[in-house]
Amino acid sequence: MKIINMNWFASAAVLGAALLSGCDIPPQETVQRGYRGTGMEAVYSPEVLQALVDANQVPAAIPAVSSEGPRAADVYENVQVLGDLSVAEFTRLMASITQWVSPEQGCNYCHVAGEGFAADTLYTKKVSRVMIQMTQNANQNWGAHVGGAGVNCYTCHRGNNVPQYVWNIGVPPRHASGMVHQMQNVAHQESNAYASLPFDPFTRYLLEDNAARVAGDTPLPTGNESSIESTEYVYSLMMHYSDALGVNCTHCHNTRAFAAWDQSNSERVKAWHGQQMVKEMNNAYINPTNQWLPAYRQGALGDAQKVNCATCHQGAYQPLLGANMIADYPSLSRLAPAQKPAAAMEDTTEMESASLDNGSTSGEAH
Amino acid sequence: MREYQNIFTQVQVSAPDYPGVPIGDAERDRTKGIVHNHLLGKLGDAQIGPIYLGTLGVFSLVTGLLAFLIIGMNMLASVNWDPVQFVRQLFWLSLDPPGPEYGLSIPPLNDGGWWLIVGALLTTSIMLWWARTFQISRNLGMSNYLAWAFGAAISLYLVLGFIRPILMGSWNEAVPFGIFPHLDWTAAFSLRYGNLFYNPFHMLSIAFLYGSAVLFAMHGATILATSRYGADREIDQITDRGTAAERGALFWRWCMGFNASMESIHRWAWWFAVLTVITGAIGILLTGTVVENWYLWGMKHGIVPPYPPLEATPVLDPMMEGAQ
Repeated sequence: MKIINMNWFASAAVLGAALLSGCDIPPQETVQRGYRGTGMEAVYSPEVLQALVDANQVPAAIPAVSSEGPRAADVYENVQVLGDLSVAEFTRLMASITQWVSPEQGCNYCHVAGEGFAADTLYTKKVSRVMIQMTQNANQNWGAHVGGAGVNCYTCHRGNNVPQYVWNIGVPPRHASGMVHQMQNVAHQESNAYASLPFDPFTRYLLEDNAARVAGDTPLPTGNESSIESTEYVYSLMMHYSDALGVNCTHCHNTRAFAAWDQSNSERVKAWHGQQMVKEMNNAYINPTNQWLPAYRQGALGDAQKVNCATCHQGAYQPLLGANMIADYPSLSRLAPAQKPAAAMEDTTEMESASLDNGSTSGEAH
Repeated sequence: MREYQNIFTQVQVSAPDYPGVPIGDAERDRTKGIVHNHLLGKLGDAQIGPIYLGTLGVFSLVTGLLAFLIIGMNMLASVNWDPVQFVRQLFWLSLDPPGPEYGLSIPPLNDGGWWLIVGALLTTSIMLWWARTFQISRNLGMSNYLAWAFGAAISLYLVLGFIRPILMGSWNEAVPFGIFPHLDWTAAFSLRYGNLFYNPFHMLSIAFLYGSAVLFAMHGATILATSRYGADREIDQITDRGTAAERGALFWRWCMGFNASMESIHRWAWWFAVLTVITGAIGILLTGTVVENWYLWGMKHGIVPPYPPLEATPVLDPMMEGAQ
């Protein structure tokens, strides 16, 4: 009888351990972020936090160099966006970009050896020019989202040719040919943090120009026709926000009234500007590069790999935990004066230009 | 002394086949076979059958199984007929209602049409089963408490999947058939309509639901605790109160000053259970049709406590004109 009891005890212990294995080891630290009793609090596990800190170290900058002397545009040929830098600054930035984006391939990731630096032979060079403009634009016009810390190439790339977290327009997994796939109810989707919600909220809200809001703003019905389907799409997008930033809903929301702005933290306003910024990045910068991209850099539908929250944040509530990314690289903090527009910029479609206009307006409002 | 216990018992009553009371012409609707199962005898009555199926029961089972099968086939189609993926992703899979673009029109079969058909089949099945509860009650000379209680649950089912979507003008408002998907629907529904917790009928439904659980536990415990004095014959004790009924009543009177009677506790339980789903159905019915945002509605009517601003600078909707 005692043996049986011991077995029961052992089974219960194993089962209990299995159930708890998904949990963080206590003690957690809790930080109150809203009015008492609302559950608006951030919960940190010291162990997990340490891992996050370790994963978000910024590499040391190359020592600053003189801004005196001839301009890069006067010395080198075909310098379109960084021409007003001194030659020394220009070289330093090129070396930094190599460290950030192609530490293994080196200069030859963008430049063909023996061909000279001027030629736009490789797609990677043309794309990086657009990416530099995108970075400058984010830092100059999207202070409402990137704040004083700003972003540089490392914020997203972290030593990878293509940032680790990018997305493509979703295609349904293999399904019976006769049925219309509902674009949701698929297991193990990172995009919506493993929910059964729609697995591509990005196309709707980070590419197309849709407001991610569904709840009515009046007590009684006044014609708001947002569907349950739209609600699940927004829900899915919010799962991505939460997952990408490593925060829970209460980072921005008072969960008693998700939609109410006056109940929210100001982080929610930052997130809203982030959505507008990412929409502009995808439409005005990323999509036009698609014409140069080889197929292996495209999604199933032949679209470019695009940006979402995780591209920069990578699990941290502020990318690289808020490290200043532009103090050492002032040339990335603003659009180059009197820049010569890249060829790609003229090819944007009407929809893309429209979103760009919208994006710029809201960006400039700050 | 070994005593008889109905659950987890070491003693089991072994009785000869008992076909039940004669029911005249309806006898032909009753199966003949009777088996005894020792394991089930540990949980309840060891005798299985006869089942009174009848025309209603047969059609209810057929339509119900058909609905179940179509849901399964749709889920299977969504993973390209792969049985491994079907099992692996089962909790995620779903048969979804038509998209909002279809409104209340009949969508193509492969884009929500199957959902409508399954809804019709499942509703038919449930309604036939409901009629069957009336029929069996009548055959046994019982009144219709069971049937009306089931009817209350059906009212919630119909409001969720049929009545409210029609009032809203869109099948998309209805609940999908799937494990996680129907839970996602619940969360999305509350988010869309401004937090269901501020819906007074939702509050009532929760109170009755939790109340049902508490009452069930209190009653079950009282009867078990006094069964050594004959409380397991509780129906006798309604009219012929014995020492078990007295002790149970005294326990609660001493404990909290008030006690239900041997009869009234069953009315308490019945009404709590029935009101759980009826208040729930009213709450769902009002959502979106009469009230757009329960949080704002609660604010307007003083249900929701206002909180002071979270930050020195008020947080404003950035899409609102004049926002920071």
